[in-house]
Amino acid sequence: MRNSNNSTMVEKILAAHADKEKVAPGDLVNARVDLALGNDITAPVAIREFMRFGLDRVFDPDKIVLVPDHFTPNKDIASAEQAAALRNFAKQYAIKNYFEVGRMGIEHALLPEQGLVWPGMVIIGADSHTCTYGALGAFSTGVGSTDLAAAMALGEAWFKVPPTMRFEYEGKLPPYVGGKDLILYTIGQIGVDGARYRAMEFVGSAVDNLSMDGRLTMANMAVEAGGKCGYIQPDEITLEYLKGRVVGDYTAVYSDQDAGYEKIYKFDVSDLEPQIAFPPSPDNVRPVSEASGIDIQQVVIGSCTNGRIEDLRLAASVIKNKRVHPEVRLLIIPATQDIYRQAMEEGLLKIFIEAEAAVSTPTCGPCLGGHMGILARGEKALATTNRNFVGRMGHPESEVYLCNPAVAAASAVTGTIVDPKEAI
Amino acid sequence: MIFEGKIWVFGDNIDTDAIVAARYLSTYDPAELAEHLMEDIKPDFSGLVSSGDIIVAGNNFGCGSSREHAPLAIKGAGVSCVIARSFARIFFRNAINIGLPILECSDDLSHLQSGEDRLQVNLDEGLITHLQTGDAYKSAPFPPFMQEIISRGGLVEYVMLRIENEK
Repeated sequence: MRNSNNSTMVEKILAAHADKEKVAPGDLVNARVDLALGNDITAPVAIREFMRFGLDRVFDPDKIVLVPDHFTPNKDIASAEQAAALRNFAKQYAIKNYFEVGRMGIEHALLPEQGLVWPGMVIIGADSHTCTYGALGAFSTGVGSTDLAAAMALGEAWFKVPPTMRFEYEGKLPPYVGGKDLILYTIGQIGVDGARYRAMEFVGSAVDNLSMDGRLTMANMAVEAGGKCGYIQPDEITLEYLKGRVVGDYTAVYSDQDAGYEKIYKFDVSDLEPQIAFPPSPDNVRPVSEASGIDIQQVVIGSCTNGRIEDLRLAASVIKNKRVHPEVRLLIIPATQDIYRQAMEEGLLKIFIEAEAAVSTPTCGPCLGGHMGILARGEKALATTNRNFVGRMGHPESEVYLCNPAVAAASAVTGTIVDPKEAI
Repeated sequence: MIFEGKIWVFGDNIDTDAIVAARYLSTYDPAELAEHLMEDIKPDFSGLVSSGDIIVAGNNFGCGSSREHAPLAIKGAGVSCVIARSFARIFFRNAINIGLPILECSDDLSHLQSGEDRLQVNLDEGLITHLQTGDAYKSAPFPPFMQEIISRGGLVEYVMLRIENEK
């Protein structure tokens, strides 16, 4: 699909799924959906709405994914009822991509890992971080529960074709600086509505050299800049990742050389420091040198943003043979059961447990203030998660700072926010 | 559709955790959710807001999570309409899809007084009128496709009609 019609990757994917030659930013299209996703918070509402249609089947049971990941293992009776609604619906409508506790993971880490995502797809999910799959060259975006209900019935969703912003990152990243820092830096530069309704295309040598895990982290937080999606065009690293996971053919889609961009940002990132988002907003970003010394009581390493194996390896390399500060709780949450198993086989869990971290089964848990690590009044947490709004991890008077896994691990040892290169 | 009501003014970037915190997401009953509307940023709000009131906000209203519980909580509190300078995109979709009237108005309304000023909103014409001063503000109309969803009462009703037609 390299024949040019002045289109970006997203415009081409949407055109192909709406049976159009070409679409332009602002066009309203009805597009076929290749995958529709829901979780234990959003799917129960979608199921309630779906039932109003009176249908005895979904549009395609193999194109629906249900993951109970937010309040699981269930924290109370109400959340257990919500998870049961998912489980029962999956059974009733023969949805095979339902992932039970013990086999599941945080949805946006799980779907790529399980080979459910490939280049050129249109994916919607009733979860805002569905934008993660742009890292694999798909068009994927978060929607609400009613959109999910409609997609489960019709296999379609309506979209306004977004204008595309291009972000170019040049330079070799310093040690302990990765995808999380690139995206936090970007959000800090453009603000939480800087890419509102826009597609964000990430390019440049720093992105080319990022691993798949780092790329997933970048695309994951596009929504924190207001983006409709964030994406990286497929390359050797993408194809290598997909090998052995995805069965069947797919065609990678690329932006044309002469594609129209609403705006182009160029960043030299060769001297980028680890980035910290201060409360209460993901765009309140400063380099770690301006955050050092801030006392923290809890550190969370995990989430759909930074709970992947590379994140755990990085954290383990920093914390090996050290102890968590006596006044800090370090929570480590591998994002999927496979990552958990891999961390066990690589000896990472041993390193964490010997450092006196609490290691949990996969869950979104504390990231959204659900369970498994809620903050008391006045407490501060440092987390590899994606949001630090008022009350996000617990009490409205608690605070969350966002960072990469190396900073999180190093700071858990010192008890204050620290640059890992100074702590080692 | 025409609404009249007293207003409650909020700032920029009101996120969905502020609208309804995740700790209350083990229900999706609009009335229950409404008890916690804006709780973390305006703890007394659920007691102040009454049926027919209008929320007025700045840029990027409803940013953050995709939870439809946020517009459901607003609807559950009886709020007739949300006017913002801009909406975050998932909140925008959700509001349209569940039939919560929203208007994007580029005029700065942040000087208006919560609980005192009253507005009239003419949704079809996108016209906003201050009932005490007579000042008028204009908002952009929705594209016809979205107007159709709104006029049918939401996306579910729209889809039901399509399913019926395809039978």
